[in-house]
Amino acid sequence: MAQYETVIGLEVHVELKTRSKVFCDSTTEFGGDPNTHVCPVCLGLPGTLPVVNKTVVEYAIRAGLAINCSIAEFSKFDRKNYYYPDMPKNYQISQYDLPIALNGHLDIEVDGETRRIGITRLHMEEDTGKLVHQGTITTTPYSLVDYNRAGVPLIEIVSEPDLRSPEEARRYMEKLKAIMQYTGVSDCKMEEGSLRCDANISLRPASSTEFGTKTEIKNLNSFRALQRALAYEIERQTEVLEEGGRIVQETRTWDEGKGITLPLRSKEFAHDYRYLPDPDLVPMIIDREWVDDIRSSLPELPDDRRQRYIGEYGLPSYDAGILTDTKELADYFEDCVKAYPNPKVVSNWVMGDLTRLLNAGAVDITGCRIRPKQLASLLQLIDKGTISGKIAKTVFEEMFATGKEPEVIVKEKGLVQISDEGAIVAVVDKILADNPKSVEDFRAGKERALGFLVGQVMKATKGKANPDLVNRLLKEKLQ
Amino acid sequence: MITKEDVDHVALLGRLELTEEEREMYTRQLNDILEHFQALERLNTENVLPTAHVLPLKNVYREDWAGQHLSREEVLANGPDVEENCFKVPKIV
Repeated sequence: MAQYETVIGLEVHVELKTRSKVFCDSTTEFGGDPNTHVCPVCLGLPGTLPVVNKTVVEYAIRAGLAINCSIAEFSKFDRKNYYYPDMPKNYQISQYDLPIALNGHLDIEVDGETRRIGITRLHMEEDTGKLVHQGTITTTPYSLVDYNRAGVPLIEIVSEPDLRSPEEARRYMEKLKAIMQYTGVSDCKMEEGSLRCDANISLRPASSTEFGTKTEIKNLNSFRALQRALAYEIERQTEVLEEGGRIVQETRTWDEGKGITLPLRSKEFAHDYRYLPDPDLVPMIIDREWVDDIRSSLPELPDDRRQRYIGEYGLPSYDAGILTDTKELADYFEDCVKAYPNPKVVSNWVMGDLTRLLNAGAVDITGCRIRPKQLASLLQLIDKGTISGKIAKTVFEEMFATGKEPEVIVKEKGLVQISDEGAIVAVVDKILADNPKSVEDFRAGKERALGFLVGQVMKATKGKANPDLVNRLLKEKLQ
Repeated sequence: MITKEDVDHVALLGRLELTEEEREMYTRQLNDILEHFQALERLNTENVLPTAHVLPLKNVYREDWAGQHLSREEVLANGPDVEENCFKVPKIV
């Protein structure tokens, strides 16, 4: 069997977090009853004139700088013509040959190695309306159109064909999402469609430097869909090539339910957009001072933050990577460290128990009921010896479920650690008397017997005995 | 030179159904228009940048404030067919 190399390029759409649409003052608020967030401009009614929202240009520049692009000195908007009812004008205002930002890159880590992925361009455009089909687009008898989203500002970020696996594609998109969130230009809510992706994918013999024929996959609205659709497409294309067939250049759609890609009839998607400069919109000469101002106001980005965690907090590179993956998690972590200045301990709790509970409950860190100050209080209770590390895990789970203060939970459930020597001695004596065999074993040199006896004392005290004290007292008595 | 096939292609992109007479008429008319504009080819444009806009204007922006919307009745008034407060359109593909 011939070995094929996979070549992937992504086109990522990011909805910008402005108040109003890109060419009119209709709200960008998500949802709303159908066709209530529209005005004559975004409906494309005759006689209306679009005017560019300055914040959109600013955000596009900010996003472009964050992914190391050059910002154009001269940029303009063009009309992209196509026959599809998701835009009432029958064209979408986009940017063709003079996009706002060009030639950037971002770094991803896959299997411990850093790979630099080129970014061809970043351009501004308007989002389209939403079509509701009965069933799928190919089987529905008719469609319903809601134009609330039409005209919401988007940036499209086009990567170079530098990605070599579905895993890399996923990492790239996750990184891009993190950067966009850090810069504050988008909330990147994939479930609301504010981060979306189309993928171009082709295969070529491993030794070849020429590209094979590609297909474009649309409708990839989650990281999981992206990775699954690409894996499926590799399998499909490999099969076609193995059988001596040829790949048809076409647009395909990802069917999440069936787990397959399907061709969209190519005639309707004829890539013949007849771009022309939009005569309603005047060119933009991007002032260098403006660009410099935006550059100097860029926040700390994921890579820098990660380096800081390694350098300043002494965290391992892997941990620093996970903690800085999303801005929310990194902010949470830092708030905890502010209240409890031991980054390593905080990191262990956040990456261990907290992540486990978040995953199990399918909750986002933003929906976490444990506030950073509360986690700090819990850790202080351990330090003070009020509760043991083991009991702390029980308290933590309760905090996660109820959002209560750790002190309250400890009090309510009577979990205060027993550090009264007299009380523990009594239990120790009883356990020793009840387990003569283990005592004998220990004295005969079986160290493991001590562990068993400690366990028995902890059990008898419902885990509340101070473990250090239990160990010391047991050893004293056994000598 | 515009051929009948070009006309068919453009008609498809615009979802126009043309009779044989119309195909011939538009092919002829479009060629006439093209010929008329060929006068421009006599100019030397070697050092002229493509025109992005015919008016000497640049950097016209609006501030990011949300304003008034149309009422839904007004929005849907021009729709030939409406269902569930949406525009109803024929099968697309």
